[in-house]
Amino acid sequence: MANTTGNIIAPTSSVRFRELLEKVSSGLRVILRNRLATVGLLLITLVVFVTLGADLIITQDPYQMNIIDRLSPPSAQHLFGTDVFGRDIYTRVILGTRIAMQVAMGAVLLAILIGVPLGAFSGYMGGRVDMLIMRFIDAVLAFPGRLLAIALVAAMGANFLTLWLAIGITSIPGYARVVRGVVLSQKEKEYVEAARMTGESEFRILFFQILPNCIGSLLVLITLDCAHAIITESSLSFLGLGFAPPAPSWGLMLNEARGYMELGPHVALIPGLAISMTILGFNLLGDGLRDVFDPRQYDK
Amino acid sequence: MGKYILKRLLQLVPVLFFVSIFVFLIIHLIPGDPVEVMLGEDDAAASQELYDALRKQLGLDAPIYIQYVRWMGNVLQGNLGQSMQTGEPVWDMVKARYPATIYLAFSAFIVGILISIPAGVIAAVKQNTPLDYSAMGFALFGISVPNFWLALLLILFFGLYWRVFPTMGYVDPSVNFIQFLWHLILPAIVLGTAMASSITRFVRAEMLEQLRLDYVRTAKAKGLPPRAIVSRHVLKNSLVAATTAIGLQVGRLFGGSTIVETVFSWPGLALLVLEAIYARDYPLLQGSVLFLAFTYVFVNLIVDVIYHWLDPRIQME
Repeated sequence: MANTTGNIIAPTSSVRFRELLEKVSSGLRVILRNRLATVGLLLITLVVFVTLGADLIITQDPYQMNIIDRLSPPSAQHLFGTDVFGRDIYTRVILGTRIAMQVAMGAVLLAILIGVPLGAFSGYMGGRVDMLIMRFIDAVLAFPGRLLAIALVAAMGANFLTLWLAIGITSIPGYARVVRGVVLSQKEKEYVEAARMTGESEFRILFFQILPNCIGSLLVLITLDCAHAIITESSLSFLGLGFAPPAPSWGLMLNEARGYMELGPHVALIPGLAISMTILGFNLLGDGLRDVFDPRQYDK
Repeated sequence: MGKYILKRLLQLVPVLFFVSIFVFLIIHLIPGDPVEVMLGEDDAAASQELYDALRKQLGLDAPIYIQYVRWMGNVLQGNLGQSMQTGEPVWDMVKARYPATIYLAFSAFIVGILISIPAGVIAAVKQNTPLDYSAMGFALFGISVPNFWLALLLILFFGLYWRVFPTMGYVDPSVNFIQFLWHLILPAIVLGTAMASSITRFVRAEMLEQLRLDYVRTAKAKGLPPRAIVSRHVLKNSLVAATTAIGLQVGRLFGGSTIVETVFSWPGLALLVLEAIYARDYPLLQGSVLFLAFTYVFVNLIVDVIYHWLDPRIQME
């Protein structure tokens, strides 16, 4: 009996899927109508393909040094020229995409895994739990994020795990706040009451009924956080605190370029362009997504 | 007003507690034995005496909560310990570096405001014109170009190719003020640009929002010229709202100055953090991070108070 009632109130999964598909395609239409967001989408699609297919499109060994051929400008053999050790910059920039995306994905995933439940419980429970969690969130926010990452990586050493942690931790408050806001606004709604009457557990209500409402805002946040994670990782590597040489991290490549810019400007220009284009892509896409999901909200 | 400030000060207590715990824990996050790491493995093995002395000096021989209480007690008395490298009190080193960081943050703030507010206002008033597009293009550029790359580009063109500005270093303003300004320009532009771009976007969005409100229509209806509406009403309201965005960025000037200070060898507090890291000088690292974080927290407090003063309707959450 309970099941039948449940089916009447909650749409069946195939209906839901069709609804979701419609939402996605209408969202995509809004993005494609916005020229800048389209550029963003294209850039990010390119970055994703390069990340996945890096092995297929590199032309040389990224670590192969060649002292005679150092700092040579872009040519047919070296599309983007060579760096100070004579390594092929094209190959290294391509592999750098993979490092950047791996760091970004891990950091964002970590922030979601901690931030979303934290915000959900905070909003759903209310009262003391809410106050405690929000104070904790405020405290994290009150700490300068870049400095936090620097100090953490300096103490723990740099590898994927510590970078995910150091970068992800500063993004937790964003997710917790967004989710908490949505939960607070939804938890008194009738459909929640209805779900409760059908005997769904509180846990299921929270995660399957209420949380889907924040997917839009979360997508915006994820996009912008990817940009933030990539900037932070490359900053850390630039400072010599991220991945150790000879890793083809964009930040590290710029660090190595510092003393040789005058001799071969391409060593500083190309990795920087790679970072900037990726960040630009995420920012444009994030702005576009914001228009889709939350047309009235403007810049932070 | 006094009540508000008092409330905000009380709210700072847990924040400062968190900051202090984190800074305290830095030393315990070091994988392995921190004393060995600090001494270098050879020295640690060579002299048990040295090892024990350092362990004691760092207070690592007590249970962790006692270590924290001791450390905090020392910090509250202005004793941040001694640098492992030079033996100088950390407090003195931090104090010596502080002015350079403040000068840089302050001038970056000026650069940021001077660019962002006119750009945001013009973009909004001339919405959908080439002026608007170029202002927004600039803002997008500023957000997407990481500051270390911007710094390298400026050094490449203004420092190496055209030789207009010095590419690194610092001159104390009391020694030679003109030289001081000359060295300050590039770092201030780099640090100010990121700040300017997000404020430009905010000011524009806020102005557009305000321009749609009823009071603007009323002002138009009673015959006020558009220029007066903007300058007398819309601008004022938008800027009050922009204070929060500006405040957020001011905090970042302190947190984010690490890169700029490093690239330009600007001897501020953030560079001290890095020097401490490279030298594995953990007491110095703790002291300088603590100080930078406190500055960040207090700057944010001041911004909140100013915001409240500008717009008393803002309630405590």
